[in-house]
Amino acid sequence: MKAEWFARLVVILLGIGLPLLAIFARSDAGVIEVHGKVAENGGWTPESFNAVVGQPIHLRLTSDDVVHSFAIGQSDTAPIDVMPGQMADATLVFDKPGKYTFYCTRWCGVNHWRMRGTIEVSGSSTEVVTPTTPLYVALKLSIDDPHPAEVVPVSRPSAAQAGAPGVKVDLPAEVYRTQSPVEVWKQLRAASFSNGLSDMQVWNLVAWVWRSNTTPESIASGKRLYSQNCAACHGETGQGNGVMAASLKKAVPSGNMSGMPGHDTAAPVNFTDARNMLGASSAILQGKIIRGGMGTGMPYWGPIFTDAQVWSLVDYLWTFQFEEGDKP
Amino acid sequence: MQRDLTQIPIVKATLRSRWPQLIIRVIALAGFVFAIVAGLIGTPVGNHNFSIVFVWIAWWALLMLFAVPFLGRGWCSICPIPMPGEWLQNGAVLGPQKKGLSLGHKWPKRFRNIWLQNIAFTLVALFSATILTQPSITGIVLLIFLVLAIATSLIFERRAFCRYLCPVGGFIGLYSQLAPVEVRVKDAEVCAAHIEKSCYIGSADGYGCPWLVYPGTLTKNTYCGTCLECLRTCTQDNVAFNLRSFGADLQQPAGRRLDEAFKAFIMLGAAMIYSAVMLGQWGALKSAAYSVGSLPWLEYAVAFVAFIFGVLPGLFLIAVAVGRRLSQSKETLKKTFVAFAYTLVPLGLAAWIAFSIAFVFSNISYLWPTLSDPMGQGWNLLGTANVSWTPYLTSMAPLLQTLVLLGGLAWASVTARRIAAEKLSGRRVMLQALPVTAFCFVITVGLMGLLIA
Repeated sequence: MKAEWFARLVVILLGIGLPLLAIFARSDAGVIEVHGKVAENGGWTPESFNAVVGQPIHLRLTSDDVVHSFAIGQSDTAPIDVMPGQMADATLVFDKPGKYTFYCTRWCGVNHWRMRGTIEVSGSSTEVVTPTTPLYVALKLSIDDPHPAEVVPVSRPSAAQAGAPGVKVDLPAEVYRTQSPVEVWKQLRAASFSNGLSDMQVWNLVAWVWRSNTTPESIASGKRLYSQNCAACHGETGQGNGVMAASLKKAVPSGNMSGMPGHDTAAPVNFTDARNMLGASSAILQGKIIRGGMGTGMPYWGPIFTDAQVWSLVDYLWTFQFEEGDKP
Repeated sequence: MQRDLTQIPIVKATLRSRWPQLIIRVIALAGFVFAIVAGLIGTPVGNHNFSIVFVWIAWWALLMLFAVPFLGRGWCSICPIPMPGEWLQNGAVLGPQKKGLSLGHKWPKRFRNIWLQNIAFTLVALFSATILTQPSITGIVLLIFLVLAIATSLIFERRAFCRYLCPVGGFIGLYSQLAPVEVRVKDAEVCAAHIEKSCYIGSADGYGCPWLVYPGTLTKNTYCGTCLECLRTCTQDNVAFNLRSFGADLQQPAGRRLDEAFKAFIMLGAAMIYSAVMLGQWGALKSAAYSVGSLPWLEYAVAFVAFIFGVLPGLFLIAVAVGRRLSQSKETLKKTFVAFAYTLVPLGLAAWIAFSIAFVFSNISYLWPTLSDPMGQGWNLLGTANVSWTPYLTSMAPLLQTLVLLGGLAWASVTARRIAAEKLSGRRVMLQALPVTAFCFVITVGLMGLLIA
């Protein structure tokens, strides 16, 4: 009988008790376990959590399907790869209160950009944060209105080719952000100093204006952001032919909002199309990036990119229209 | 050729003792319970979850590449699934002590066959694409097995779940006929003269056969669970654990049944369909099998059932009928069909081994990280959590598969001739066996196309 009781003990402790211990070994107090799944299957879980300024929060990140990556918008924290079936630990400390967006930086599917969540950070900060109004809002631009260019150059304008000897372009710096290339071209074309210049030479002057208001660092930064976040749809060459483009719907007429906002899709914009691009101002492009393309599937990047990042991205987009090269 | 291993005293003592078996079963039970826990609360990523990696890769490899071919129902003797139910039923873990909780009903007469096991296996097979890849589904299925086994033990006598319901036990029993081991009585006359029949009734030393088998007339492994209770209860020292030649049971004409014949078709057909779905290049077929509940899945399910219950047996029936006509056999078509279906036993096992080689060698390396992190929690218990996936023996696998399949074909052909020779003689043996051999040849070529080409 003693042997029987011993056997029962062995069965209960080793056969049943030991494996059930795993249930308790699994829980880890104070750690937020974040699971990533493609957006169609739920995205991030939990999709929101709270933090307090200055107090670290510990995350354990894992993917339930494919490879994802965890990044926090408007932050310089490096993205963390989130691998299926593996755990990645991260500790976050916020120095400013606010609502932060975390998102996936890996192209995990056609609805990749919907993989977003929020971190509500409470508390106070010694740093005074002054909210800035985006330029497109300050200018009250209607960024969904069509903006076709009335005139386009016969070839790609080049800043390096600009400026006939003795020509001096004297325009206020803000035109680069507030006016479209076509508007600037028309001003320059009407100016007396350009009487001897061909239309193409005037376009080269426009390219020069645009190039003069950017820096190689800004363009390099924009190029990096573009490759990471935009190229999958718009293509590395900007022609709207990225790997995800085929899975988006065919282009719908501009302004068509028949679908639910944010749930409809359209073919990605072709940044090499002069008719479409040269009629837009940098402020319009800023608005499109920050707010996203309503009814097109274009994500909103406002919570993700800093102001400087948005402008560097705009700087890079113009390189699809204007040839790069040394300043004249 | 036969050698009784119980003639070796230490082997006999080991087999008679309950402790070695109990310890192995406890380890298996721990693994089984942990597979349920990991499946239900671990990572949903299959190749990082213990339930998928250990049940459907490690255990399956052990079962199909070793246990079934070499030990027959060896797995059943240490299977943990009936263990909790048996404890409740017997009121003890180690040996007969007192009355348990079971109502002790007899299993309904009309279900005393393996049709329910055939249906259970088919059901599992239809959902296998999701069961084999989703830990939570695996956890639920294992839990259902456990609950069913407990409930069956509480209502019915002995191991009714194992004998009549377990979807795995059905095919293990069929293929155990090929194994080179058996539990048999040494002298049937001794059993006939023995009045107590303690091997079936039970005694203070052990339980009456949990598998409802009377060892005195046992001629096949199919329903002997090798639990070794008869070795413990026999007062005449008349039970042997024999080493024997492979496939000895196929030469036993007695006891061939239609339900077992269909088990052979189900297993062979399932191996072919699995090869096409899991290893094949047909994306639409794969997604249909995975999208459980959808219209394509329904079409897949209908095709699956039609193939294993209709097309395959239908074609085989034609082959048998042609052979019967050519050989002018007087045996009924049904009896001939059932008898020759046993040629598919070696062919089916070869198909499953070849199929298992394909995915086991390529996936077994998932074992190492899963050992260290069985639930995908970021643990590194043994320092192997970061071992990356590496397929093993990829260059050898096609050769091994070819050899196994050709071996299965040769074995099936020999079996067909032997079965034909039971009733016929001379040239008529060849005429009867030829169409069945041709059927086996076509199936083998098809399997080679699916698995190797």
